[in-house]
Amino acid sequence: MLEQLVKRRYWWFVLSLVMILPGLYFLLLHPLITTGQPRFGLRPSIDFSGGALWEVRFAERAPGELGSSEVGAAFAAAGFDNAQVQMSQVDLDGTPIVTALVRTRPLNEQTPLQDRQAVEAALNEQIGAAAIERLESVGPTVSQESTRSAVLAVVGASLMILLYLTWAFRKAPHPVRYGMCAIISMVHDVVIIIGVAAIFSTFNPRFEVDALFLTALLTILSFSVHDTIVVFDRVRENLLARQPDQEFGDLVNHSIVQTLPRSINTQMTTFFTLTALLFFGGETIQNFVLILLIGLIVGTYSSIFNAAQILVVWEHREWKNWFGRGRRDHEKPATV
Amino acid sequence: MRSREIISILGIVIIAALALWINLAPNQMALGRDVSFRLGLDLQGGIQVLLRANDPDVDREQMEIARGVIERRVNALGVGETVVQVAGNDRLIVELPGVDGPEQAVETLRGTGRLEFIDSQGQYLPPGAVIRTTGSPNPALPEGIEEIQSLDDLGPVFESITDGADLDTSAVQPAFSQGGVAGSRPAVSFAFTGESAQRLAAFTARNVGQPMCIVLDNVVISCPQINAALRDGSGVIEVNDVNDRDNILNQLKYGALPVPLVVETSRSVTATLGQESVESSVIAGSIGLSLVAIYMIAFYRFPGLLATLALALYVLMSFALYRLIPITLTLPGIAGFVLSIGLAVDANVLIFSRLREEYRRGRDIHSALEFGFEESWSAIRDSSVSTLITSIVLFIFGNSFGVSIIQGFALTLGLGILLSLFTAVVVTRTFLRLSTPIFRDDRAWIFGIDRTKPAVAPSTAEAI
Repeated sequence: MLEQLVKRRYWWFVLSLVMILPGLYFLLLHPLITTGQPRFGLRPSIDFSGGALWEVRFAERAPGELGSSEVGAAFAAAGFDNAQVQMSQVDLDGTPIVTALVRTRPLNEQTPLQDRQAVEAALNEQIGAAAIERLESVGPTVSQESTRSAVLAVVGASLMILLYLTWAFRKAPHPVRYGMCAIISMVHDVVIIIGVAAIFSTFNPRFEVDALFLTALLTILSFSVHDTIVVFDRVRENLLARQPDQEFGDLVNHSIVQTLPRSINTQMTTFFTLTALLFFGGETIQNFVLILLIGLIVGTYSSIFNAAQILVVWEHREWKNWFGRGRRDHEKPATV
Repeated sequence: MRSREIISILGIVIIAALALWINLAPNQMALGRDVSFRLGLDLQGGIQVLLRANDPDVDREQMEIARGVIERRVNALGVGETVVQVAGNDRLIVELPGVDGPEQAVETLRGTGRLEFIDSQGQYLPPGAVIRTTGSPNPALPEGIEEIQSLDDLGPVFESITDGADLDTSAVQPAFSQGGVAGSRPAVSFAFTGESAQRLAAFTARNVGQPMCIVLDNVVISCPQINAALRDGSGVIEVNDVNDRDNILNQLKYGALPVPLVVETSRSVTATLGQESVESSVIAGSIGLSLVAIYMIAFYRFPGLLATLALALYVLMSFALYRLIPITLTLPGIAGFVLSIGLAVDANVLIFSRLREEYRRGRDIHSALEFGFEESWSAIRDSSVSTLITSIVLFIFGNSFGVSIIQGFALTLGLGILLSLFTAVVVTRTFLRLSTPIFRDDRAWIFGIDRTKPAVAPSTAEAI
C-alpha cells in the first residue's frame, strides 16, 4: 500500500475534496439557504463583531432550576435587550455552580461602569446573588481593525513562508514549486479548518471564531508547512542523488515513505500534549485546542497525501490532460 | 571521549544549574532582579482596557500627557505590574492586574481629575496623603497600608473651597513671586472663575497666615501658606524650587486630562476564574509532558530517555527565561509552551529516525550518528524558520490587536523554537555522542535499532 502513495494521488485529491465540500457548504451555501442572504457561516466572537461577553455565576441557584430566559429578562431590565444566554455549570470544590455566558451589545463608551452596575443590580434583584466573573467588551472600531489585521496576518505569513521556501530550496530544480506546493497544501488545510469552524458554528452554540481561533489557524498553517518541509527536504536530498532511470513519482513516493515514521511520531507527541490540554486545560481554551488538534491531523494528512503529490502533478504538467484525454491515460507514464 | 564533548557537557551542566538556580531562587530574586512568574490578566484576574480619546484631532503630545496623568493615577492605586501605554494615534492600553472592582478602578482613572483647594483646619497635611473632601468623600483606598482599612481611617472629611471645574487652566502659568520673607521664589499663578473664585476670596481673607491645601484626586499636592487674600479668585502658589513648580504646574494644568477618554474595549476577569485556569493548565502540562516522555522512551528506548532528559532541560530553561525576561504568562501563552514541547520533541524524532535509518543501512553507530545529525539538520532548520516566521507575524499582528493574549502565545512559541533548536542540536547530540561508548551490536535493542530487520522504507523502485 505504501508504494501507492503517489500513484493513487487522484484518490487522495478526491478524498480531500470530500473533506472540504461539507465545510464549504456550511460556510457559504447553508447561510444563504437558511437566511436568504449571502454571508459566511461563521459565528464571529466579540473580537470581530463587537459586543460584550459576560460570565456570571449564581451561587444560590441549583443547576437546572435557572433558565436562560430568566437571565435574559434580567439583562433586558438593565437595558441590554436581545441578550443571548447560554447556561452551563462548573464544579467548584465539588459543588456545582450555575454559570451563564451572556452576549450583549458593547458597554456604553461613556458610562461602562453604570452599565455593569445596572446588570448587577437587576441580576441580584430578579435572580439572587450573582457574581460577574468575566466581562469583555469590544467597541465597533476595534473589531473592524481586528478583522483587517487578521486577514493581513494570514496573507503576510503565507507570503513570508513562500519566500523563505523558495530561498531554502534554491539548489533544487524549480525552487518556486516547493514553496507553491507547500502553500497549496497549506491553503487546503486552512480551507478544511474554516469549514470545520463553519460546521461547529452551525451546530454548537458555544463555538465562535475569536482571536484565539485565528491564532490556532496561524499555528496550523505553520505546522502544516513544517510537516511539508520535512517531506520536501527528503525529496530535495533524493533528487541530488537521483539515479538516471528513477522516475520522479517513485522518488517522491520513496521520500514520503522514508519520512513517514517521523511524521507519525511527531504527530503522536503533539497529539498527546494537545489531548491533555483538551481534557484538562480548562474551558476557556477548549475550542482553541480542539481546532489545533483537528488542524494538526489535517496538516499531517496533507503533508503525506497531498503536498508532494502536487509536486508530481506539476512535474508532469498533468493539468494538460485533465480536460483532454482524461485521467486514465496520463497516469500511465507515472506507473510504468 | 573528545574534548569537544567535554566542553559541551560542561556548558550544558552550567546552563542547567543556572536555570535551576533561577527557578528555585530564594525569595524569587536572582541576578539582582525579581524572577517570579508574571501572570497575565486572564490568570491572576484584573482588567485590561483600551481607552480612546474622544476627539478626532488629538495629537501625540496630548496622548503623552494623558498617559502621564493616567499613569500617576494608576500608581496611586498601588497595584503592581501595571501597564499604561499609548497604542496607535488615539488609544491608551491600561492593564491593572489583581484589582477588585476593576470597572470602578478604570472609572477613577479616566475621570477628568478633581482639583480642589480645601480648608485643612490650620493643619499642614503631608503631601501624598489620601484625604476625604466634601467634593469627593469616598476616594479609592490606597492599598498596602495596614492602618487604612476603611474610609473612616482616612480621617475627617475636609471642606472643599473650590471645584476643579472652575479652574481657568489657561491662567495657570509659571511665575516668580516678588518680595515675601524669603525674597524672590518660583511660583505658579492660577485663577478660578465663578462661585469658586468668590468662595476662595472669602476663605483667604479670613485665614491669612494659615495653610490651605491643594488636593488633586483626593491626594494632597501641597499646603502653601496664605500670604494675602485672593480677592478675584486668582493668586500664586509659592514653591521651594523649579522642580516643585513644574510638578504643581503640570498637576494643575493637566491634572485634568487634556482630552476626554472613552472606554472602547475592556476585558475583566476575577481572580477566582484565573486561579482555576492556572490549576487546569498545570495539570494539562504535566500530563502532556509525561505522555510524551513515556511514548519517546517506549519507541526510541535509550535515545528516547536522552530526549526526555533534554526535554526536562528544555522545560527548565523555558521557565528560567520566562522568569528572567520576564514574559507575562497568559492562558494561550501556556498553550503555546505546551505546543512547543511537541516541536522540541520533533527535532529529536527527526534525528532519531535518521539515525535508525542510517544504522540499518549498515553504517556503524558512530557514523550513523553523525549522518543522522547532518542529514536531519536541513529539515530541522527549514521547519523551525517557517514556524518562527509565523510566530513573528503573530506577534506583530497581536500588537495591532491591542490584545496581549495573542502576543503571549507568539512569544512562548517563538522562544520555544529557538530553545528547542538548542536542545536538539547541542544537548541531544552531546548526550548521544557521550553514550556511544556503551553501544555494542548485541545491545542494539537499547538504542531501539536493529539491523536484522530490513529498512522500513524499501525504495518503491525496488519494490515494483
